[in-house]
Amino acid sequence: MEFSLKNEQQQLLSKMATNDGHGENSPYFDGWKAYDSDPYHPTRNPNGVIQMGLAENQLCFDLIEEWVLNNPEASICTAEGANKFMEVAIYQDYHGLPEFRNAVAGFMEKVRGERVKFDPNRIVMSGGATGAHETLAFCLADPEDAFLVPTPYYPGFDRDLRWRTGIQLLPIVCHSSNDFKVTKESMEAAYQKAQEANIRVKGFLLNNPSNPLGTVLDRETLIDIVTFINDKNIHLICDEIYSATVFSQPEFISISEIIEHDVQCNRDLVHLVYSLSKDLGFPGFRVGILYSYNDAVVSCARKMSSFGLVSTQTQHLIASMLSDETFTDKIISTSSERLAARHGLFTRGLAQVGIGTLKSSAGLYFWMDLRRLLRESTFEAEMELWRIIIHEVKLNVSPGLSFHCSEPGWFRVCFANMDDESVRVALRRIHKFVLVQGKATEPTTPKSRCGSSKLQLSLSFRRLDERVMGSHMMSPHSPMASPLVRAT
Amino acid sequence: MEMLSKKATCKSHGQDSSYFLGWQEYEKNPFNEDTNPLGIIQMGLAENQLSFDLLESWLARNPDATMFGSNGGSIFKELALFQDYHGLQTFKTELVEFMAEIRRNKVRFDPQKLVLTAGATSANETLMFCLAEPGEAFLIPTPYYPGFDRDLKWRTGVKIVPIHCSSLNGFRITKAALDEAYDEALKLNLRVKGVFITNPSNPLGTTMNQDEFNHVISFAVSKNIHIVSDEIYAGTVFDSSKFTSIIEAIMDRTLEKTDIWSRIHVVSSLSKDLGLPGFRIGMIYSNNETLIAAATKMSSFGLVSSQTQYLLSKLLGDKKFTRHYIQENQRRLKKRQQVLVSGLQSYGIPCLKSNAGLFCWVDMRNLLSSNAFEAEMELWKKILYEVGLNISPGSSCHCTEPGWFRVCFANMSQETLNLSIHRLQAFVTSNGDGNYQNQKLSTRISRRNSLVVS
Repeated sequence: MEFSLKNEQQQLLSKMATNDGHGENSPYFDGWKAYDSDPYHPTRNPNGVIQMGLAENQLCFDLIEEWVLNNPEASICTAEGANKFMEVAIYQDYHGLPEFRNAVAGFMEKVRGERVKFDPNRIVMSGGATGAHETLAFCLADPEDAFLVPTPYYPGFDRDLRWRTGIQLLPIVCHSSNDFKVTKESMEAAYQKAQEANIRVKGFLLNNPSNPLGTVLDRETLIDIVTFINDKNIHLICDEIYSATVFSQPEFISISEIIEHDVQCNRDLVHLVYSLSKDLGFPGFRVGILYSYNDAVVSCARKMSSFGLVSTQTQHLIASMLSDETFTDKIISTSSERLAARHGLFTRGLAQVGIGTLKSSAGLYFWMDLRRLLRESTFEAEMELWRIIIHEVKLNVSPGLSFHCSEPGWFRVCFANMDDESVRVALRRIHKFVLVQGKATEPTTPKSRCGSSKLQLSLSFRRLDERVMGSHMMSPHSPMASPLVRAT
Repeated sequence: MEMLSKKATCKSHGQDSSYFLGWQEYEKNPFNEDTNPLGIIQMGLAENQLSFDLLESWLARNPDATMFGSNGGSIFKELALFQDYHGLQTFKTELVEFMAEIRRNKVRFDPQKLVLTAGATSANETLMFCLAEPGEAFLIPTPYYPGFDRDLKWRTGVKIVPIHCSSLNGFRITKAALDEAYDEALKLNLRVKGVFITNPSNPLGTTMNQDEFNHVISFAVSKNIHIVSDEIYAGTVFDSSKFTSIIEAIMDRTLEKTDIWSRIHVVSSLSKDLGLPGFRIGMIYSNNETLIAAATKMSSFGLVSSQTQYLLSKLLGDKKFTRHYIQENQRRLKKRQQVLVSGLQSYGIPCLKSNAGLFCWVDMRNLLSSNAFEAEMELWKKILYEVGLNISPGSSCHCTEPGWFRVCFANMSQETLNLSIHRLQAFVTSNGDGNYQNQKLSTRISRRNSLVVS
């Protein structure tokens, strides 16, 4: 009965509505269910799961709230701002409020140290970066075409770029042996593989700073990438959503700087994705930005933005906020300091028990190396370890498998979405877990390369056999049924 | 290799339509009472600007909506971080109650069956992605809102097959027209997945009657297809008792326990009822759980800003306000429509009898130089450039008969409306004899079509 009902639904609705293209059956989301059903709270649920799988920036809300309180005219609901209410509420022009575009362009320039200029007329709104990615895929590629993307990469790309567009994502495999850098050889190999499979490559998708690595791309690599796409005459989509989360050296270099200063390139191939969800911590406001150097893409994307415009109430607030340069200077520098402090606290804390992390200078997370804790170097072992971390250590971290990492044992750990006390609790739990397992550890420095080590850690495997799920490596919680926050 | 996608280089975005071209001309030379009194008056934009004073005075009384709660505590951070695609529960609860209120509480909605989207534009596209494969078709009665060509077809690859409606019976949907459209789809080798209705109709301004419901529902039942009902103008009905939602229609026919129940989907928005198009608040409502699950995931591509959800949850939570607003707004719309209708009528231009919407469907057939779409375009250009009114030609709405125009009346002041009527009057008078070649014929048509003259 149930089968035929499901079958009937599948015929009643489109394939798109009933397939797995939404990507929510990935292990990335499974840990969230554990968190949702048992969320940590310092007093109400001190033994609950701490959410370290959500890349949110909660470190500067004090500054933001202070600004909002001091600038009541930025809201169209206050006495000071209500005179703008009607004008803002009826404005539905998909170009967006001019002051909004100007303010966003100015902010993007500031984040890049004024080293480049952005034209507000090339700024196109979208439903978050999620919407921007999908729109670019619709504009640049036909169904079955492919984009190359370096691994590991943000799991949401599988949905955003592919689900409704029909395009494919092909990996440019990166390895820990060189800190997961993109090389000319790996790009070329991926491209050739596509050619051999008769798949038409239309673009290259880059995330800089990288999610999940937290690294920024160096100038040479960026130049290599631009040269590559220019030679192959394919598009470059550069997602710079974490551009203002840089907290130490090396500094962030935007693709816009490379094409303006470093290398000649057909600019019609270059497109940026941006958002205020990470830098400012406003994922709820859905401020997605698509910036293209290609006039036809701007024109097409703008028409498509009708499907995901930014609420004018929000455009108005953001225009006001980002045009206050005293404020934006302060928030960029303070955010950077606080992220540095938080990142350092965690990575040093982990190093004390011999857990290494990839050296990074940006992002709201770090890339943790737990290869030595694996029973064997397989993704099954990674999933086993992950389930222990969720259910016994009670931390929701994201397994490298869900980021399409080619090597098992890596985990992304988010650190900017909690208060200081939660950080201490999380570290204590990790220390306890590692130490209680009864092995020798030597403190490693946070900056060490994640090379080989002779440390052996034994884990409690008593429940592992029960949890082995076979080749699918799906957690017992799939498919995701609980309320889901979008992939971040 | 073609650098951009087919979607980017084709014309399916529909923006080359005269509907949008008229807007562009308006942008170049927009009327302003003080600074540009001879400019083009925008009568091609279906906006509701009549009741902003009510919203503004509500805001003045309710500083709570600023995200710094009544006890001074800030919820700014919570809202800024809230990106759950299920939406703010308080907002959805208030929204469904508002929707029910508009429908005289004859229908109750469950907030769990509601998906929030970035405007009805996004809701309609999302439904097509969920209900049809590329190349499959939906049947839509003509004339219809020009934006559907983009919203329903562009990125989805879904086809539209028109259900031709005629002025002979007031553009009502008939069984014959439905069957003809279905046969046409078969001839074109298109699999029909559903019927898409807009009720109240854009551009007609009419609400569906019981006969039409009978035809559409029986048709959808017999063909085992979906019904999508875009009810975005539900709150603009001058008299609530005259509007029946598709859900009420199904319940009246006691079909809730049959298959068709899971194939009924309603779209709405706050852009027309409350006049808030900038806030991008749209919704899909359906009893089909699988659809709701899929559409909810898809809404990731166009969520409603959390601060906007919060503001509206407060506004709609004030029931005294919403009741008063609904009634007063309807009263003002009705009054405004009557000004336009009587103004046009006074020099021989009839309108389709309507009871809803932010526009009238105006019969200018007797102003055409010939009964052809070229003549309609000629007339449209004259009205745009010489008279200075941007109105929407029926051909842009896929009307099968030349000479009809959609004229909006709720997006301007009373004075501007009077001025536009005056301009048109002057045009009609001065263009007198030249355009009345078919006067005798049109008089005969007018008498026969007494249904359509208001």
